[in-house]
Amino acid sequence: MNGFFDIPSDLQSSYLGLISTHLQEALIPVLVGFLLSLPIGLLCVRVRWLYPPVLWTTTVIYAIPSLAFFVVLIDYTGLSKLTVMIPLCLYSLVVLVPSVVDGIRSVPEETNAAAQAMGIGLVRRYLQVQLPIAVPAIIAGLRVAAASSISLVSVGALIGNQGALGNLLTTALLYQRPVLALNSVVTTAVLAVLVDALLVLARRLLTPWMPPSDSKARRTALRTAAGPTAPDTSTTAGTARAPERAS
Amino acid sequence: MIAIEDVSKRYADGTVAVDRLSLQIPNHSITVLVGPSGCGKTTTLRMINRMIEPSSGTIRVDGQDVQRQPVNALRRSMGYVIQNAGLFQHRTILDNIATVPRLLGWSKQRARARAAELMERVGLDKDMARRYPYQLSGGQQQRVGVARALAADPPILLMDEPFSAVDPVVRRGLQEELLRIQGELGKAIVFVTHDMDEAITIGDRIAVLRKGGRLAQFAAPDELLSSPADEFVEEFLGGDRGIRGLSFLSTRDLELDRSRVFPIDADRQRIARATSARPADAQPVLVTGIDGKPLGWTDPAAWNGDAGTLTPYGQSFEVGRDSLRVALDRAVLSPTGHAVAVDGSGRVLGIAGQETIAAAIRAARQRHAATSPQGTEYPQDPPPVKATR
Repeated sequence: MNGFFDIPSDLQSSYLGLISTHLQEALIPVLVGFLLSLPIGLLCVRVRWLYPPVLWTTTVIYAIPSLAFFVVLIDYTGLSKLTVMIPLCLYSLVVLVPSVVDGIRSVPEETNAAAQAMGIGLVRRYLQVQLPIAVPAIIAGLRVAAASSISLVSVGALIGNQGALGNLLTTALLYQRPVLALNSVVTTAVLAVLVDALLVLARRLLTPWMPPSDSKARRTALRTAAGPTAPDTSTTAGTARAPERAS
Repeated sequence: MIAIEDVSKRYADGTVAVDRLSLQIPNHSITVLVGPSGCGKTTTLRMINRMIEPSSGTIRVDGQDVQRQPVNALRRSMGYVIQNAGLFQHRTILDNIATVPRLLGWSKQRARARAAELMERVGLDKDMARRYPYQLSGGQQQRVGVARALAADPPILLMDEPFSAVDPVVRRGLQEELLRIQGELGKAIVFVTHDMDEAITIGDRIAVLRKGGRLAQFAAPDELLSSPADEFVEEFLGGDRGIRGLSFLSTRDLELDRSRVFPIDADRQRIARATSARPADAQPVLVTGIDGKPLGWTDPAAWNGDAGTLTPYGQSFEVGRDSLRVALDRAVLSPTGHAVAVDGSGRVLGIAGQETIAAAIRAARQRHAATSPQGTEYPQDPPPVKATR
């Protein structure tokens, strides 16, 4: 019972169970943070003076240590997953709000003017013109937020074993089994990479309209431009691509 | 008919963009707003579809005050073309063009069928339908912009410096295309540009605005060139307005010399006889093919019937279609000082020397002065088709 995947029974979870809890605790906050940052970002673009104080607020929240958050939250939400997820959600805003704002601001002036001149109303313009064009910037933000959230979940181990894979770290100390710590670190890293790859894939699927940036994709584009249109099959190019524009 | 009545736009900081402007913009014609930057031409255009609200005055479209119409419905009834096209980069060409029909509630198929029809109208290959804007050149994107504006067949087309971001050759092509489309559709087009040449090329009427949004002159292009209202307009027209004005004079009445044009199989004796009636100078003759098309110049004395010895004639002009400006240009560039006049199928009608063209210019000027003395009202609906050269 000392193997890499042998999880001590006091964690009351299998290896896969820990992974699923970990993803839940990491990604639900990012999703909620994303949904919050959509209206906040739009508001910051429309009401210019609002953006600096909002940015300032999210940065200050980000600077609050998670332990301090837990101390406050435990009174309300107890030793639950929610206590871990609320700070993570607030932390994600520091990346997601600017990425939504940058994304909307990346829409060219004449595109906005054309949309307005064609009689596309405000809500439609946001949902059908600005947001789709903001997708690359937003996904760049989501990638950072998801990676940081996945690594931050581990601190939940400090409040009644709510750290999912992070719990393996405390257990490793308790039972003097360093292999558990190694398991925790490696699995967390692999999860972060996989989620990142999924986000890159999503970006590629959502933005067939993006000019390809690496040489392989450019050659594909030239071929499709010259000959009859072929479906874009270069899915491997996505993961090998140069670092994205950071938010 | 768009009636701009005493319209002003003042901003909170005190800047006046447009100052008590009144303009009548007729249907079925292109009205150009031209002027230096800061003259309020774009502001004026954007007040028509209420992207900017005027501080005072009214704008009526067919008698209806635009202020009283629901803003999005109003905008959908006017096509809008912008500099750099402003295409939706995340939509295919076909869906870009189909935007307004979709907003108006057309079914997807009907909107796309209409979009495909428009691609053809603006000269875009139908293979481009599924492409994205980044895969098109600037000129092609601008064509898509025009097609998108025309999609719902609006009676009015607003164009805001649409061709200023493309290179001169492409711009010329787009201008000619716009005139062709206008010849077919006959919209009320309001066109903003800072380029006087462009204004003269495409405008049926031109409103010259000066800084601070005041109207300097509102006239047809030939009138503008021949009688600018003041120094500002004259300066804005540039140095060669006399030459440019020739673009509006037809070559139809040009007196052509046929006596020095011979087919290649003509008897050499005959050529010598015909030319010996003149002073025995080295006046060259034009040799044409058996089909009547020009081949080149030769000295009648040295002519031996070999087409290889001919001096190239350069370019010809088409009588009736090309203007006196083109004829003069051809004459100046010709090695003999004579321009070659051809008909629609390229057959030689005769030649015209620089003196002949100069005489024609004087005659046309006199005729023009007699028929339209200064201050005469220009016809409200000028003919929709306009020669570009």
